[in-house]
Amino acid sequence: MIAAARCIVTRDLLLALRRPSDVGTALLFFVIVASLFPLGIGAEPDLLRAVAPGVIWVAALLSSMLSLARLFAADHADGTLEQMLLGAAPLGVVAAAKVLAHWLISGLPLVAIAPLIALQYDLPASLYGTLAVSLLLGTPVLSLIGAIGAALTLGLRGGGVLLSLLVLPLYVPVLIMGAGSVDMAAAGLSPQGQLQLLAALLVVAAAFAPWAIAAALRISTE
Amino acid sequence: MSAAIKWFWFASPQTFFPLAGTLARACWIGAALLAAAGLYVGFFVAPTDAQQGEAYRIIFIHVPAAWMSMFLYVVMAFWAAIGLAFNTRLSSMMASAVAPTGALFTFIALWTGALWGRPTWGAYWVWDARLTSELILLFLYLGFMALQAAIDDPRRADRAGALLAIVGVVNVPIIYYSVTWWNTLHQGASVSLTRAPSMASTMLTGMLLMALAFWLYSIAASLARVRCIILERA
Repeated sequence: MIAAARCIVTRDLLLALRRPSDVGTALLFFVIVASLFPLGIGAEPDLLRAVAPGVIWVAALLSSMLSLARLFAADHADGTLEQMLLGAAPLGVVAAAKVLAHWLISGLPLVAIAPLIALQYDLPASLYGTLAVSLLLGTPVLSLIGAIGAALTLGLRGGGVLLSLLVLPLYVPVLIMGAGSVDMAAAGLSPQGQLQLLAALLVVAAAFAPWAIAAALRISTE
Repeated sequence: MSAAIKWFWFASPQTFFPLAGTLARACWIGAALLAAAGLYVGFFVAPTDAQQGEAYRIIFIHVPAAWMSMFLYVVMAFWAAIGLAFNTRLSSMMASAVAPTGALFTFIALWTGALWGRPTWGAYWVWDARLTSELILLFLYLGFMALQAAIDDPRRADRAGALLAIVGVVNVPIIYYSVTWWNTLHQGASVSLTRAPSMASTMLTGMLLMALAFWLYSIAASLARVRCIILERA
């Protein structure tokens, strides 16, 4: 079971490594979206500092969602997914491994590059830690919830737009907690409560989402 | 024993179809009568509010619509879950039939809330916790309907919708509490919805009559819609 999960994670990472432009596009999207906001709302440092946590989180949310459509599409197209459904490893474990690989490819780079955006927005350096921890806890939840939507919309017409309609309302709690924790730290208060809530969301999502993803994959491929 | 047989008897679309027609007709009549009574009480009998004047009268539509919008989502998720668990076609059809009515009431609650907010708060929209979570509820309804509309195979549409509805119903309380918390963090534009606790009994009567009317309307509309779905799939 663990061997199967490890095999899937290494395989997906290897596939991403062979096509680095796919990973790069989502990351570039994150940077571009975050860079557009000052052009739209003006470049006063006080204003930018105030909106920075929200902008970074919304950009992370959109970027994570953008790469979701690819999560199962290629495996579905070449029949790998059906082999996974037929295989001996429990489908929930397979789904969890796929999500983990997706997060390593699309979520973790966001955490790494977020301080750069924070720099552009003149966010105090003392907040980088909170921002990174909130993204570390929050982006896996985005991948887990998003994978349910990706599995449900597998092979549908206009899947990408539909996926955003299904998934974005469910992202609201993560956005609120994530941006809220940085806001809290910026106001000089302890962000611990929000970070713990994010961690709680992560635990709940990690426990239940893989089985929902597995059920969704069965529905979509039968 | 005979009760058990009757119970499953109507689980089949063929036998449910005529029953739904009869029930829908009775509910249409009941809804019309109760709505007439409720609107009469609301507009002519209930006293003018001391603080809000006549504008408050929209609550006779707004509050029951908001109740129904939340309740119908649970009803929809319930039927969807039954359909997914027991593979009963009629339950899934019921879930699809309830969704548009739920979305309608969510929209009415938001719309009437905006019309009430303009004279009372001075703004059509404020980012109050209840308004925001109601808006997200509307998005959840629309997502459910869009997913079902995008899938051609009715069986897959039923089951995919059911899974989404279950995920949604688990998330609704989390969304509600996170939005409430977000709202208290951003204290700036907070407007409290809580009014004086004392409410004239005629106001309460009007509101309850309207709530019952909306209940019967929801049942009638869902049953009429489920009849169309049965015919479409027959």
